[in-house]
Amino acid sequence: MERLTIVTGHYGSGKTTFALNYACDLAAAGRPVTIVDLDIVNPYFRTADHRAMLEERGVTVVMPPYANTNLDLPGLSAQIYGAFEKEGDVIIDVGGDDAGATALGRFHRSIEQRGYDMLCVINARRNLTAEPEQAAALLAEIEQASRLKTTALVNNTHLKQLTTPETVLASLPFAAEVSRLTGLPVRYTTAPKALAAQLSGIENLYPVEPFVLTPWGT
Amino acid sequence: MAEKVLMKGNEALAEAAIAAGCRHFFGYPITPQTEVAAYMSKRMPKIGGTYLQAESEVAAINMVYGASSAGMRVMTSSSSPGISLKSEGISYLAGADLPALIINVQRGGPGLGGIQPSQSDYWQATRATGHGDFHILVFAPSTVQEMVDLVSEAFDLGDQYRMPAMILSDGMLGQMMEPVVLPEASDKPLPEKPWATNGTRGGRPHNIINSLYITPAELEQLVFERFKKYDEIKEKHQKAECYLTDDAEIVVVAYGASSRIARSAVNTAREQGIKAGLIRPITLWPFPDKAIKAAVPTAKQILCVEMSMGQMVDDVRLAVNGAKPVSFYGRTGGVIPTPAEVLDQIKKLGGVE
Repeated sequence: MERLTIVTGHYGSGKTTFALNYACDLAAAGRPVTIVDLDIVNPYFRTADHRAMLEERGVTVVMPPYANTNLDLPGLSAQIYGAFEKEGDVIIDVGGDDAGATALGRFHRSIEQRGYDMLCVINARRNLTAEPEQAAALLAEIEQASRLKTTALVNNTHLKQLTTPETVLASLPFAAEVSRLTGLPVRYTTAPKALAAQLSGIENLYPVEPFVLTPWGT
Repeated sequence: MAEKVLMKGNEALAEAAIAAGCRHFFGYPITPQTEVAAYMSKRMPKIGGTYLQAESEVAAINMVYGASSAGMRVMTSSSSPGISLKSEGISYLAGADLPALIINVQRGGPGLGGIQPSQSDYWQATRATGHGDFHILVFAPSTVQEMVDLVSEAFDLGDQYRMPAMILSDGMLGQMMEPVVLPEASDKPLPEKPWATNGTRGGRPHNIINSLYITPAELEQLVFERFKKYDEIKEKHQKAECYLTDDAEIVVVAYGASSRIARSAVNTAREQGIKAGLIRPITLWPFPDKAIKAAVPTAKQILCVEMSMGQMVDDVRLAVNGAKPVSFYGRTGGVIPTPAEVLDQIKKLGGVE
């Protein structure tokens, strides 16, 4: 089935990392994939940074026309409407928090028409949403701003280069509690690819490549 | 030790200020600094503090002047063009001997420039954050953790010496996420400020906060005294990190985000057998000339790396004082040098092609 997957969450929780991996994995499985960078909040560290890598892997990239330029213009491309009608899978990487999700709200009719899957990325080590209640409250704010309903959680708990198997294991009760508070299933628990073998006991483990790096490579 | 959490540099600056007892923030949004203000707007109302988005940067810095006059621990934050707007107010703060924390998350300039990271406000921060004979304390963190650690130091030293302090960050550090140990709320009481205009309660003479002096001799005397204080600070409060400099023949000098790139290049150079090291100034004013001078004897070449056309390199040259050749490599306008580019420079200076 062709899917429209919307990736939301607290900024800095790892939405872009998950969205990039998801797009690359679907493309690797031979599916036509389009990724939409809908972030009008964040000036740096965004899906648009990875355009060359994505295109090399056969992923079509739709991004705000001024992303990664010196213009601080939160304009959205008309191509976004086209993306909803595209053949194949479409992934939308939404800007952080309710502010970022506001941009999604204007497309809610087109999105509802097509049918969608809205994932909320949570991270037990992300300041201000590290408590299950905080993560659930932000999820509600994002739903209100986007006028859409979350369908599942992605537990993307990590500490960047300091992530250990324990970091991931210790986050499972957090994810379970957010799931209980919101009534939503945990679709995936992510882990860096290098640690995946040690975490094979986790249900729905989703190994990810840490694509989002600083200029000095961490 | 407390558990590490992920924070964006800008958020960490704000949280660290709250932990250091700051309850008054006046600012105005500008990319790539806005998360400092956004974070404050969420947190300050919950802890009984003041978050106020002023009508402009000029208004914000003058609100800082008012709050500092009343003895409050106060801050503002902005990015390059906004700091230029604040510069008159910063000069007034310095002229009235008022402490305040000013954060500059630098972006490309001059003019509106751009929103990508830059280090081209070094001269402004260390030479002329406003008109007149004065200095402010300038701190240059290079990690999100160090942002947290330097904020309380900047507040404390500013209070101790009654002068403004700046955290000179850049868009890269401000926007990136790193694991940090959050600062614990300080339980030591904030220093007494017997000079503050916070009410005489009928018991003491009026305090006056002012930067206008009628007679030249009086103003000159005051500036002399301030410069005595600056000499003491230069003696006591220089800070730098020296990394692999003990036997370094190629000494790289870099601060902030570019020091992260330089460190990566130094590590690769070492792997290739080149004796490279890094001096990372942590205070930019006072400039850590003692650390630079200490590295001169083993050094054959000194290389300054910045995200500018070469500003800190002036201070490096003053410290080296002609003893060894000093060269410069930089990118500007929001372009970030790569570790490979810096490594190339190190190899050239080391005579390795």
